[in-house]
Amino acid sequence: MILPRITARPEDLVRNRINRAPSPLLAVGLPWASVMLASMVSFSPIIASAPVLPPLAFMVLLAWRMLRPSLLPVWIGLPLGAWDDLFSGQPFGSAIVLWSAAMLAMEVIDARFLWRGFVQDWLAGSALLAAYLLLSSTFASFATGYPLPLSIGPQLLLSVVVFPPVTRVVALLDRVRLLPLRRL
Amino acid sequence: MARSQDRRPGFSRRAQYGIFTGYVVAVLGVVAGVVLLAVSLFNPGAFSFARAAAAEVARPMGQAGAETRVASQGLFAGIAAYFNAGRQNAELSREVAAARANAVTMRAMEGENRRLKALLGIIDPQARPVAAARLIGSTSASARRFAVLSVGANQNLRPGQPVRSGSGLIGRVVEVGPNTARVLLVTDPDNVVPVRRASDGLPAFVQGGSNGRIEIRMINMGVNPLHKGDVFVTSGSGGLYPPGIPVAVATEPHRDGAVGHLASDPSDADFVIVLPVFQPAAVAALEASQKAAGPAPGDDGEP
Repeated sequence: MILPRITARPEDLVRNRINRAPSPLLAVGLPWASVMLASMVSFSPIIASAPVLPPLAFMVLLAWRMLRPSLLPVWIGLPLGAWDDLFSGQPFGSAIVLWSAAMLAMEVIDARFLWRGFVQDWLAGSALLAAYLLLSSTFASFATGYPLPLSIGPQLLLSVVVFPPVTRVVALLDRVRLLPLRRL
Repeated sequence: MARSQDRRPGFSRRAQYGIFTGYVVAVLGVVAGVVLLAVSLFNPGAFSFARAAAAEVARPMGQAGAETRVASQGLFAGIAAYFNAGRQNAELSREVAAARANAVTMRAMEGENRRLKALLGIIDPQARPVAAARLIGSTSASARRFAVLSVGANQNLRPGQPVRSGSGLIGRVVEVGPNTARVLLVTDPDNVVPVRRASDGLPAFVQGGSNGRIEIRMINMGVNPLHKGDVFVTSGSGGLYPPGIPVAVATEPHRDGAVGHLASDPSDADFVIVLPVFQPAAVAALEASQKAAGPAPGDDGEP
């Protein structure tokens, strides 16, 4: 082979593993940074005349919360929701309310169901996404004085379908997060 | 998989208090969010400074994205043009012949128009555009329809100025930062545009449906005179949008109006033009025509 083999696992990128530890900046900061970057997807090449993209930032947050329940603090909806509101076009405060409420709802789901699995995570994620999109568009329709609920149908379907791939991407990021980069 | 036990800290008081405080702050977050939401619903411009600052931060990213969009459109168009070059050539020659004939007619009409205008003494309010810019972002996941422009107050942008592309109206500026501006698109339900039918001047107004379509409503209720394919242009009433910019094409007439699609899709526009607010120009034109018409009959003022 002329081309070098593409290593499938992030762990293979680091040669030395003995005497190394994950970089604290990456280990703590990557979840925050990934959600904040996902909020800024509105500055992407797509100029949409209808709500077509799924709420990626919220999906990334849910995926991190499901993958590593204790990594993100419960109050993360306050700072990250405020950040998302700056870019999302929703009335300011909408994501703060909904993300904080979603984090509390995840606590309830964790306490209520003792076992977790792919299907259950997907169902919980779909329910939270549906509630999130419905309430967001309700807040937006308060702001415009015009009922908007029907415009979220395609967006909701897309979000439910795309949620498992997003959790996969977050799982990959989680392995990048724990790369042993720091020399002890 | 069993759920993790990390939220059960055992007997450590410090860990217990930490978790309790976390819940308190999360609930406070919900409360603070409700308060902020209420404030921003009653006063939509309350947090515009924060949004403008955030847009400034993200501006380089959006600009790179806009260039990618234009480049990729060009690439695909180039590949497509390669495949149907022959057919396109024949079509274009036919079109040029037709256009040449049209141009002669137009020149004649232009001359006639100029003569008639001179007769009326109306000075054409030649509105110079404020700025030309790129759309560098849009709220593609929200039910509100905003886009972000790559120019702002430093280029003399002010809230209220209309934004158009080559093919039609895009929206109007609502919030201005130093080098970015937020545009309320025509598809947002908050944006109501007074229009008239291009063929006969039938007045109507256009309101966004937030799903990419727009709603065309009649001002005079009664029998619905709309047909599929009717083109609507801005009427200039209200003083915000200059008259004659294409806005919408009716696609599905219904009982008291029609559903239409946009004359200019913002995703196709590589550059857009920001126009000055129409009203000053209208006032100037009105004054000029009054001056040209001379004093009114009962008025003994100086000519």
